[in-house]
Amino acid sequence: MSGKQKAQRGTLKKVLAYLKPYRMLVALSVLLSAVTVALTLYVPVLIGRAIDGILGPGQVDFGRILPLLVRIGVIVAATAAVQWIVNTLNNHVAFQVVRDVRDRAFRHLQVLPLSYLDTQPVGGVVSRVIADVDQFADGLLLGFSQLFTGAVTILGTLGFMVAIRPGIAALVVLLTPLSFVVARFIATHSYDFFRSQSEARGEQTAYIDEMLGNQKVVKAFVREEENARRFDEINGRLAKCSLKAIFYSSLTNPCTRFVNNVVYAAVALSGALVCIATAGAAVPFTVGSLSALLSYANQYTKPFNEISGVVTELQNALACADRIFSLIGQPAQQPDDPDARVLTKAEGRVELSDVAFAYTPDKPLIEKLNLSVRPGQRIAIVGPTGCGKTTLINLLMRFYDVDEGGISVEGTDIRHITRRSLRANYGMVLQETWLKAGTVRDNLKMGKPGATDEEMIAAAKSAHAHSFIKRLPQGYDTVIGEDGGQLSQGQKQLLCIARIMLCLPPMLILDEATSSIDTRTEIRIQKAFDTMMRGRTTFIVAHRLSTIREADVILVMRDGHIVEQGNHEALLARDGFYAKLYNSQFAA
Amino acid sequence: MKKLFVYLKEYRRESVLGPLFKLLEAGFELIVPLVVAAIIDRGIRGQDQGYVIRMCLVLVALGLVGLLCSVTAQYFAAKASVGFVTKLRSALYRHIQGFSYQTLDRAGTSTLITRMTSDMNQVQTGLNLALRLLLRSPFVVFGAMIMAFTIDARAALWFAAAIPALSLVVFGIMLVSIPLYRKVQGLLDRVLGATRENLTGVRVLRAFGKEDAETEDFRQKNEAHTAMQKYVGRISALMNPVTYVIINLAILFLIRTGALRVEAGIIGQGAVVALYNYMSQILVELIKLANLIINITKSVACGKRIQSVMEIPAGEETAQGLPAGDPRFRVQLIHAGLRYTEGAEEALTDVSLSVLPGETVGVIGGTGSGKSTLVNLIPRFYEATEGRVLVDGKDVRAWDAPALRQRIGVVPQKAVLFKGTVRDNLRWGNAEATDGEIMAAVRVAQAEDVIASKGGLDAEIEQAGRNLSGGQRQRLTIARALVKKPEILILDDSSSALDFATDAALRRALREMEERPTVFIVSQRTSSIRHADQIVVLDDGRAVGVGRHEELLESCQVYREIYESQFKKEAAQA
Repeated sequence: MSGKQKAQRGTLKKVLAYLKPYRMLVALSVLLSAVTVALTLYVPVLIGRAIDGILGPGQVDFGRILPLLVRIGVIVAATAAVQWIVNTLNNHVAFQVVRDVRDRAFRHLQVLPLSYLDTQPVGGVVSRVIADVDQFADGLLLGFSQLFTGAVTILGTLGFMVAIRPGIAALVVLLTPLSFVVARFIATHSYDFFRSQSEARGEQTAYIDEMLGNQKVVKAFVREEENARRFDEINGRLAKCSLKAIFYSSLTNPCTRFVNNVVYAAVALSGALVCIATAGAAVPFTVGSLSALLSYANQYTKPFNEISGVVTELQNALACADRIFSLIGQPAQQPDDPDARVLTKAEGRVELSDVAFAYTPDKPLIEKLNLSVRPGQRIAIVGPTGCGKTTLINLLMRFYDVDEGGISVEGTDIRHITRRSLRANYGMVLQETWLKAGTVRDNLKMGKPGATDEEMIAAAKSAHAHSFIKRLPQGYDTVIGEDGGQLSQGQKQLLCIARIMLCLPPMLILDEATSSIDTRTEIRIQKAFDTMMRGRTTFIVAHRLSTIREADVILVMRDGHIVEQGNHEALLARDGFYAKLYNSQFAA
Repeated sequence: MKKLFVYLKEYRRESVLGPLFKLLEAGFELIVPLVVAAIIDRGIRGQDQGYVIRMCLVLVALGLVGLLCSVTAQYFAAKASVGFVTKLRSALYRHIQGFSYQTLDRAGTSTLITRMTSDMNQVQTGLNLALRLLLRSPFVVFGAMIMAFTIDARAALWFAAAIPALSLVVFGIMLVSIPLYRKVQGLLDRVLGATRENLTGVRVLRAFGKEDAETEDFRQKNEAHTAMQKYVGRISALMNPVTYVIINLAILFLIRTGALRVEAGIIGQGAVVALYNYMSQILVELIKLANLIINITKSVACGKRIQSVMEIPAGEETAQGLPAGDPRFRVQLIHAGLRYTEGAEEALTDVSLSVLPGETVGVIGGTGSGKSTLVNLIPRFYEATEGRVLVDGKDVRAWDAPALRQRIGVVPQKAVLFKGTVRDNLRWGNAEATDGEIMAAVRVAQAEDVIASKGGLDAEIEQAGRNLSGGQRQRLTIARALVKKPEILILDDSSSALDFATDAALRRALREMEERPTVFIVSQRTSSIRHADQIVVLDDGRAVGVGRHEELLESCQVYREIYESQFKKEAAQA
């Protein structure tokens, strides 16, 4: 067994584990679909018998036909009822499994370490939870039920045909593969056309994406004509490939239908000849039997076509299932100790001793970092862009765990404090402002759901956010879309500050974001920060000179390392990297 | 939709021949049961083997002719649908090329891209299917009924009863379930949104310890989606069983009636078999038709969306009979104002400005104060909703838009480059520029080292300029605008990624250019504009000060605040 097959078998096992709670339903569904198939196939036989009762004028055996018809009616009604139950059962199981897998995946997302999530594009994870799960359900669960009914139908049809007339059944079995050969032939030959179509389509989409995405630049340079010309060139190529791909692939249906017609004619011929030959015999081959055989011959190839469709689906579905299970299988973060301390109202004593950390083992980032913070102190982290300032935030909040050494709060190593209580003691305002889709009120109360409106408004006022919130269409009830929607970057930042202002945790982590805010708004935000920092231990990624100068300790970072540490005067006196940075950036 | 069909005109022949051949094929298919009936009634009852063999050859022949017709039909349908969509796509692309900035904003880039790509593909599929099958299925259904009538009118009455009943069930279930499926999709979108949001906000959510609340919220959304799915599933699961019952009941009645007619000697046994076969054919075709209609409905919706884009007026018509202004000024704004959308706040209010050829104008102000808006009025990217904007004494609305823009070099805020060589990119504004001209522009833009580090003008730039840093991209976009040799150069906050020294060198080089353009510099940094001939200070869309640096320091409080927030305070305290 190849490695791939082994992996597929592993995936299947996991699928079965999700099916386990529904195993009774699955068993019932399998049983009932077998019943449906059997009944469905039995009906043409009965109809054939009825037809045999209609030989000619004066030769109609009503005494035989009428009870038969009643029987058929009962069977048909039963079949339909069972069929509906099977469909509903299959849907039920498939949808429940989808729900279970999604719930499981989402719960797992909550405990996946950020070291994993940070390396995954958001769209990729979302498509695993949504699109892949759907595909997997469609292909694997519904696919299996189709596969099963298909297989039973084929076997059943074959059985009935053999029972009616083995010789003709053999003829059908021999001729049917022709239709696959034809379909196969067309598929392999149209594959190249499809590939060149998708290449041309990809090229065109990329062009559209690039040019329409920057249509304003196109207009600014009066490139409309030139671009339209290039577009038409790609468009023309695409048209050629598309025509071929569509035409050749659409040959499949007519061609297989023709093969089926030939099979049908062969059955009609042999059946009719046998009818004639056995006309006087003790057990004649009747017209009714011929009619049943013809109706089987008509249906016989259908499940084959369905199954070949399902098999490709299944491959795809397995791949999707594999992706979602690999997400669920990612190791979760180290769970909290059972006896971990629940940190309440910290005073703000933070100790970093011999901390070492690296995102990837071959690139050491923080090494031997020591820092002792007393309650109420301000720690400024400075350095050029991309020097790894946010790494420190990641460690303090325990988004990442240190590799060596330890961080302690109030004398307890943070690995022995529950994550939730540790994080609840920090108020965090990041440069990347993130707001939840919902009302302004929902967002502000995120950290303190029980807050009154008065408290909320007071917080908004001290964050200088009240005045603009008031001017929003519905004030505090204005719904803001995912990621802040219509708000400006500065306004979003103010909301993030107000959010922290409301719950006011004992320690703060602030990223003084200035890149997208004009200097005057920035001054207002600065005031809000100042109010908040009073009496609180604060870690601040600092961009503004005044913040840096007023800090108790300045950590100077460069290429991921803390190169210098001390207060403003001491660092200037040292005339090292800080002094250089300071002189180049601020003394202009 | 009707307007789109103009593009089908050229394929009129194919659009008629496609369905026609398909109908021919269906016609041959309808003959099959009659042949089988003949085999039974004449061949078997008459013990005529030769007749049976001949009739079976007829069956094969019918299949073969059907195959030929069908292949021909597929070809015409493919040709018409591909050709139609190709024309439509080209027309839509050209139409979008004409859109003004305002129209582009309103339509939205991602929407336009979807219209050009997936909507077009869906229309192509839909048209192809429609040409092939839309007429075929009803033809077979009614054809089967008519054939039944030719066999025996009494028995055929069951067809007249079964067809409406089947249609009612098939289309009824469809009508009920389609809007429900839309609801399912909407609920799925909410599940998707919850997942997405949880990931983008993972740090904040964990900082606030919201994991459990989020899980509960997700569980509810997930459950709502599943419940709706099951509900719709139960309804659409009715389709097969109910149609199965109807068709078989019809067959039972058919056999009963058939038996009576045979007894009376009006029809033969084979005819009953033929009637039975016709009835079986109907069901298959009706279900095909239902699926086809779902597909076509989707395509029609896509087509309508495409048409609605086609119907958007471009919004860049050249106006006649506007009064001329003072031709001495290169650029003049007279009480100009702009509202981006009707009823919205003014983004720019009552700005007046006169600029002589060769002057440098600085535009400064906070985020959202209207700086970009102001310079965007000059190339008529946006049309002033109040007042007037003139270039060389002529109202910009009276200029032919391409001719106006050919004279203006724009360096946009977002430094965008395109896939292709550096040379291709720099020649965007002037396809005939020589390498010498290009390099001269590159030198002014302080981008010589960028070109050198990439390995010359033939170096490939990846899509969106991904293989360049922000500062490198920015300098190349400046060079690109200069290759045009513009009379007016607009730098829209385009030195933000440059350090002070490079920014200063760039401004010096611009001043020293031989044919010195009129330059507009938009910036948040006072250092970038302090030496300009005129500085416009914007606050909330109003020009709160116009003048030189020293004058404004005296007279304009906003300017002084900006200046101090960047320089004086920190410099003094340092």
